[in-house]
Amino acid sequence: MKMKNLLKAAIRSLTKNKMRTFLTMLGIIIGVASVIAMLAIGQGSRESIQSQISTLGTNVLMIFPQASSSGGVRMEAGTSQKMTLDDARALIERCPSVAYLTPQVRTSGQLVASNLNWRSSVYGVYPDYFSIRNLKIETGNPFTMNDDKSAAKVCVVGQTIVTNLFGEGADAVGRVIRINKIPFKITGVIEKKGQNAFGQDQDDMVIAPFSTVQKRMLAITYIQSMLASATTEDKIPAATAEITEVLKERHRLGPSEDADFTIRTQSDIANAATATSKILTILLASIASISLLVGGIGIMNIMLVSVTERTREIGIRMSVGARGRDVLLQFLIEALLISLLGGLIGIGLGMLVSQVIANLMSWPVTITIQSILMSFIFSSAIGIFFGWYPARKAARLNPIDALRYE
Amino acid sequence: MHRKWADRRVPAAGEDTDMDKTIIAVKSLVKTYTMGDVEVHALRGVNADILPGEFVAIMGKSGSGKSTFMNILGCLDVPTRGSYLLDGADVSSLSKDQLATLRNRKIGFVFQSFNLLSRTSALENVELPLMYNHKISSREMRDRSLKALEQVGLASRSSHMPNQLSGGEQQRVAIARSLVNDPVVILADEPTGNLDTRTSLEIMDIFQKLNEKGITIVIVTHEADIAGFTKRNITFRDGRIMRSVMVGNQRNAREELAQLPVNVEDEV
Ligand SMILES: Nc1ncnc2c1ncn2[C@@H]1O[C@H](COP(=O)(O)OP(=O)(O)O)[C@@H](O)[C@H]1O
Ligand SMILES: [Mg+2]
Repeated sequence: MKMKNLLKAAIRSLTKNKMRTFLTMLGIIIGVASVIAMLAIGQGSRESIQSQISTLGTNVLMIFPQASSSGGVRMEAGTSQKMTLDDARALIERCPSVAYLTPQVRTSGQLVASNLNWRSSVYGVYPDYFSIRNLKIETGNPFTMNDDKSAAKVCVVGQTIVTNLFGEGADAVGRVIRINKIPFKITGVIEKKGQNAFGQDQDDMVIAPFSTVQKRMLAITYIQSMLASATTEDKIPAATAEITEVLKERHRLGPSEDADFTIRTQSDIANAATATSKILTILLASIASISLLVGGIGIMNIMLVSVTERTREIGIRMSVGARGRDVLLQFLIEALLISLLGGLIGIGLGMLVSQVIANLMSWPVTITIQSILMSFIFSSAIGIFFGWYPARKAARLNPIDALRYE
Repeated sequence: MHRKWADRRVPAAGEDTDMDKTIIAVKSLVKTYTMGDVEVHALRGVNADILPGEFVAIMGKSGSGKSTFMNILGCLDVPTRGSYLLDGADVSSLSKDQLATLRNRKIGFVFQSFNLLSRTSALENVELPLMYNHKISSREMRDRSLKALEQVGLASRSSHMPNQLSGGEQQRVAIARSLVNDPVVILADEPTGNLDTRTSLEIMDIFQKLNEKGITIVIVTHEADIAGFTKRNITFRDGRIMRSVMVGNQRNAREELAQLPVNVEDEV
């Protein structure tokens, strides 16, 4: 039978039972739409994570002391006291591929300004921190190395802190806040950064000179971590190697011995985050695929019913010369039409749903050509796969048995 | 009035009787249905030759094997044993697909229950056999189908659906479908079985006209008067041919139709 006639016959028999055809199609429509929407959400979140992480600066390195294992018991990372300010100074002097480096200590504190108070993180760092993290001062100035030398009680704060202690848009520069009862003078306010990839508010932080936090607030002699930037992104491996060499030497570790610190780069973190969201995408898409599978089973079910119902028609067609393959093709094309049309509608619906999700929930969504192509191919494959068995069943009928069927 | 077939071989339609001209030649045809432990011997060794231009009625009581025989002749079913030559070609060894092609090119089959595709116009029903023939263009398909509908007097109803046609008209569409592929033989299993007298006459009139044009026709009927419109009657009994006789004075359906009083109830 010619393709044109086959298509005509298939369309006719599908339109004979419009409601049934639509309901069968609905399974595929919902399946494809959910796959498209899930992939869009997954892809969208992955892209936004990537873009946010790259705004942090792609050439940033973090150096943590390795969780010390004392007597076989691993301690929590950061509890090690092996990293000192001298380590930081040595690194600053001896690593040509490192542009900036700052020691870092962190604590949390109760912030009080007149009658308002707020709890936040307090970071103790060198002024180079602003260059490394690419933080811009909106009003006022950052503190200086002199402030660090004198352990001055000054700080730079984020917008969230200004809002909560002084009110939205208030001018906080020059005002004094008490952090754990110690008065700090605000020298500058950081430009708003919003949430980071992990949902943390990046404007909810106090940045103070390193020695101020280390000595006055924490009263410790070691440093918790270091933050550095390589001169360029290409120099990250070189910077990593230099830092490793210097730190191992200072900690009297041979080149073959395990380091007692970890260096993490921004791209490590980005990769980890991307991998997580990839897994999430795959998970979402697999769940959605199950509904596509159920849709396919729906097609098979209806096609089986249809073959039984139309046994006589098959008999008539065979009696005038239809061969097994003609009948097979006819039913296969019907199944394929259902799944293809369902797939197309599903793609449209999926794009619509993604857009609605993007607007209502303000989630980032990205629809890729690949996901559309994949859904399209997948749904036609489902049509052929689940249409095959009923079609073959029809094709194998004997003409006389089919004609006799009541 | 009836002469024994064995007595005198009458050359059908005045042609010679060479064996290779025989349209249908069956020898020792056996068909046994097995239903569990029970064997039903529907055909117990049937021998028959049908020549070009013949118009044969197959008669016999219900269950005597007429339909079984016709289905095998129509390549809708295969015999358990025996040989069957259709238009000189051995059919007994063909595959399912080859049988389908044979049905498509050489056979026209008419059923008692019409067997038209529902919600499909008369024209498209007639076109159906040609759709399974790749060599035929859409245009030729249409032309030939319209011509076939014309031959059964239904050219004006080509766009009607089967449920808009009377039983007699549906059967005429089925006959048009059976002749559209220019078959070597038209096989009809009780074509008038579901029809009243007048409509039966109309159907027989069409068959007679087609036979006059030289088309070979075999019909099954258990009604003696219907058989009277054919040229030869073969009678089945218990899966065997009991007798085969030439019809002495063939009745003429057109004339009898003209004598019938006009009756509006005829159209179902
Ligand atoms: N598909 C079948 N399965 C089993 N027995 C059958 C089948 N078809 C026909 N028969 C039997 O074969 C015999 C001949 O049937 P059939 O050819 O239909 O007779 P007729 O058409 O002369 O009435 C009957 O006894 C019938 O019951
Ligand atoms: Mg019968």
